[in-house]
Amino acid sequence: MGKTLFDKVWDAHVVDTIKDGPQILYIDKHLIHEVTSPQAFNELEERQIPVFRPDQIVATADHNTPTLNQHLPIKDELSRKQLEQLSENCKKNNITLYELGHKYNGIVHVMAPELGITQPGMTIVCGDSHTSTHGAFGTIAFGIGTSQVAQVFASQCLLLTKPKSLRVSVNGKLKNGVLPKDVILYIIAKIGTNAGTGYFCEYAGDVFENMSMEGRMTVCNMSIEMGARGGMIAPNETTFEYVKGREFAPQGEAFDKKVAYWKTLPTDADATFDKEYHFDASDIEPMVTYGTNPGMGIKISGFIPETSDASFEKALEYMDFKKGETLIGKPINFVFIGSCTNSRIEDFRIAADYIKGKQKADHVTAWLVPGSKQVEAQIIEEGLKTIFDAAGFELRQPGCSACLAMNDDKIPQGEYCVSTSNRNFEGRQGQGARTILASPLMAAATAVEGKIIDITKQLN
Amino acid sequence: MEKFKTLIATAIPLDIENVDTDQIIPARFLKATNREGFGENAFRDWRFQKDGTINSNFVLNQSQFDGPILVAGDNFGCGSSREHAAWALTDYGFKVIVSSFFADIFKGNALNNGLLPVQVSPEFLKELMTTIKASPKTEITVNLEAQTIGIKNSNYKDTFDIDAYKKTCMINGYDDIDYLLSKKHIIKEFENALV
Repeated sequence: MGKTLFDKVWDAHVVDTIKDGPQILYIDKHLIHEVTSPQAFNELEERQIPVFRPDQIVATADHNTPTLNQHLPIKDELSRKQLEQLSENCKKNNITLYELGHKYNGIVHVMAPELGITQPGMTIVCGDSHTSTHGAFGTIAFGIGTSQVAQVFASQCLLLTKPKSLRVSVNGKLKNGVLPKDVILYIIAKIGTNAGTGYFCEYAGDVFENMSMEGRMTVCNMSIEMGARGGMIAPNETTFEYVKGREFAPQGEAFDKKVAYWKTLPTDADATFDKEYHFDASDIEPMVTYGTNPGMGIKISGFIPETSDASFEKALEYMDFKKGETLIGKPINFVFIGSCTNSRIEDFRIAADYIKGKQKADHVTAWLVPGSKQVEAQIIEEGLKTIFDAAGFELRQPGCSACLAMNDDKIPQGEYCVSTSNRNFEGRQGQGARTILASPLMAAATAVEGKIIDITKQLN
Repeated sequence: MEKFKTLIATAIPLDIENVDTDQIIPARFLKATNREGFGENAFRDWRFQKDGTINSNFVLNQSQFDGPILVAGDNFGCGSSREHAAWALTDYGFKVIVSSFFADIFKGNALNNGLLPVQVSPEFLKELMTTIKASPKTEITVNLEAQTIGIKNSNYKDTFDIDAYKKTCMINGYDDIDYLLSKKHIIKEFENALV
């Protein structure tokens, strides 16, 4: 029987199998940030265990970092301490750190791919559930807890049971105005937030084959929102072209050798999956969420379902929406374009292209937060900043920002925010804040109109 | 890690589905650099009103309910990988979480911290929830060795699955680092074989 992309990468990393138990899986790259690593460093120190392979670890500061005045000392004492702790831990253990202000600093899932650290066929982990992002390269990448961060520090390995296989295929042509974010929100709305639990997902079909790397990262990023530990897309020419020439990518002959190997990775024609879903690209519309988990999404032309159950009603009460209503026309005061889901250059190009020549509605606060210093530089270089400035949008400095209400960027109590991030949980963007997940195009349009609109009506 | 074999205790019914890790411990409390003290902020935004007063409608604030077992709705622990969620629950005093479904990363984090996730059938969960709500003093029996959970002094019982290796770890209080360190030689051999 043939092997899946996942099987091929997994099998190549199995060090050993415990009888009736998990397998020891070798980890190629370990990414760390300030929030989920300190306790792991402490544990190693307490147990007097050295970091086994510091060269395979890369650190960045992202969750706690302010997105204004990054050159000044951080005001919040606890945030500052956490960042100092990261610097100290990295220094002590000879780990490369792109700290605040460094030209490579950024959100861990934005900076690693753009530096060529992420490559097809690898195993990558990070103490962050959105590590699934790196699966866009045909990589087994997934989030881990802090105990596992300590395990990888100690042994460059993890004890894992091989997950089941799931394939989501989307074929056909996407409509005008439908972005990769809409594709993944559509999939999650269709199959639910726990359909992927216990599975590793492969996204297949011509929609993904033809998607840019930025788009693939957006899709794989949200795999965890349907419960899957990770999602991956078979590498093809688009992938090789993206990796080529990046700072830490193999160069010259070594690169060609790698490409030859990467070409063997796609799923064999006769491989089978434990579960499969098929969707038609033409059925997908721009999506918006109306509830408090990412599966509570509808097409922009759709209506909030008339479901009757306690959890559903609790969510609607939190959002102050009613069953059966449309979101079109809802006034919005906050718009956030950023997060590890949608803060890459392509996202800002799409936003700028729409915004050019328009003005942000007066009552809207519109934050644009690049995913990394490199994306920030590119925004300026390509002249996008000029467009954003002229339209009244606020371009801030890189970081996780308003995705998770951990730093200074929070959405106030009771306010709606149309956000390109990945989670609309209660309080995710600030206590009592109400998140509506959408694509960068929908977010940009909301900021301009001051309310939610059906973008397809403007485009067609 | 503490050893776990059996537990007979009262339980708290959290009848909400899709409890995500942002509810278990909101991100603004993740700034500590040690593992202790997260219990204080467990379910912070459900336990307290926006003005800081106690939300008496929330089950953890209702004095008739008490105990180290949390019985929760389907898909418990979804969302972020933050192990702080498991730390917050253990620090608050929970030893067992019962649900009809657990998110993957949370489940692993719980097991790595001696917090036992017990996955039961939706029917048994419903029975458990109804019984505890009606009689808060009901005792629940959790037996890890036999992999059973039941309502004490009744015939209601269910079995649960757990990875054999993880079960041994929990019963003996071992963790994965000990095991992995004992395998360093084969890890090095694996590395040497890589091109």
